[in-house]
Amino acid sequence: MTYVKSLVCRGCFEEYPIEPLNVCEMCFGPLEITYDYESISKNISRESISAGPFSVWRYDAFLPVSRENAVDIGTGFTPLTKAENLGSRLGLNNLYIKNDSVNPTFSFKDRPVTVTATKALEFGFDVLACVSTGNLMGSVAAHGAKAGMKTIVFFPENLEQSKQVSASIYGPIMVAVDGNYDQVNRLGSELADNRNWAFVNINMRPFYAEGSKTLGYEVAEQLGWKSPDNCIVPAASGELFTKIWKGLKEFSDVGLIEEPHTRMFLAQAAGCSPIVSASKSGDKVVNPVVPETLAKSLAIGNPASGPFALETILETDGGAVATPEEEIVTGIELLAETEGIFTETAGGVVVSSLKKLAESGEIDPDDVTVIFITGNGLKTQEVVTGGVNLVKTGPSFSEFENSIGSKANF
Amino acid sequence: MAVIVRIPTPLRRLSNGEEKVEVPEGSLESIIDSLEQSFSGIKGRLCDDRGELRTFVNIYIDGEDVRFLEGINTQVKSGAEISIVPAVAGGKN
Repeated sequence: MTYVKSLVCRGCFEEYPIEPLNVCEMCFGPLEITYDYESISKNISRESISAGPFSVWRYDAFLPVSRENAVDIGTGFTPLTKAENLGSRLGLNNLYIKNDSVNPTFSFKDRPVTVTATKALEFGFDVLACVSTGNLMGSVAAHGAKAGMKTIVFFPENLEQSKQVSASIYGPIMVAVDGNYDQVNRLGSELADNRNWAFVNINMRPFYAEGSKTLGYEVAEQLGWKSPDNCIVPAASGELFTKIWKGLKEFSDVGLIEEPHTRMFLAQAAGCSPIVSASKSGDKVVNPVVPETLAKSLAIGNPASGPFALETILETDGGAVATPEEEIVTGIELLAETEGIFTETAGGVVVSSLKKLAESGEIDPDDVTVIFITGNGLKTQEVVTGGVNLVKTGPSFSEFENSIGSKANF
Repeated sequence: MAVIVRIPTPLRRLSNGEEKVEVPEGSLESIIDSLEQSFSGIKGRLCDDRGELRTFVNIYIDGEDVRFLEGINTQVKSGAEISIVPAVAGGKN
């Protein structure tokens, strides 16, 4: 069963029944799902959650679909590891990594998509579609394959080759658009108006967005039913950032954790940081930019959830950091060298932002700080392959000794 | 020739199901006013009490976001196409 009540506009609070609908007819604001929290708190406990599957579906009371008919490829309950090495490098004593790069299609996008694919089937759609900066299309294609749905994915044609391959293997129609993500997104929204397709991040967006809350639930459960002091989250549309916070608040609202005092920090790359700019200048709306960044998974110049991300920053006394482009790869390298985790560009942005926050004293060394690593480095290999450092040698012992020289005195 | 306005789904109940309508050229403000004359209530969906475009409304003239032009004062010539797109979907050139 689910505890869903209705769809409500996040702008003017107009209420709608549960339908594949994402925009308020009155003010064009985005719609969000509301739940009967009173019933949830009566029926759900730490024990009942702990007895559930080791996946996002253990939290289905907080999702718009129940686990019985889930299109499930094994998403969620990813590791939360204590980052002793990175922490000591940065002077942080309680640093944790939420490693969401080990989901079935190697990014956090499996969370929203498993929820959306399930709901799309329930609505009777037979086509699953999306507009994507790369990670989403792999997840949509994989879940479509599992669900027996046809899939069509739209993406900017300059996308990393590895991301294209990681989606194409599942057999979707791959549409490479001559334009940036925001242009692809606009095309998608006009198509969603005219085709009977479940566009996961357009007409299905209210359902899609809910999947990301599970990152907040998991972190709280894995910390022993506590919210962290600080979260550092990468932002493209800003939706994930707001939904992690929503997850923590919901857990508190139904009595699973104490009231969170988490500070939410948002990380973007300097080449596409419209939310950070708005936050710094105190604006309530986000002025669009044309993205020019190495972090293609974050390259949304007109972020749909920008205003809500700004609200979350204010509400939590959090902050926003724009990482210089040249520090994206150094962030990737730092995480790999210290913690053995190979993340994509978005993760590089997060690690470099963390470094900045630690160095500036914004984060207390004893705070419980969680960084969200949302995608896998194998999908953006292009940005680091220039740095492969080889020792070339023949196959004999002496050839090796000559080649290695003093490089391996250990 | 006139200006073509593409009406998105959330507004089609007001436009009696019309997906495309033609209006005379002029400023975007005057175009919104003439839409209002044909489809009462549409202006209130697009503009706030001060007559400014609502936060979640994006309007494009031949693909260009009017926020990068002159907003509601942008002049629209005959033959141009106007798209009204919810901000949830985003989109800019």
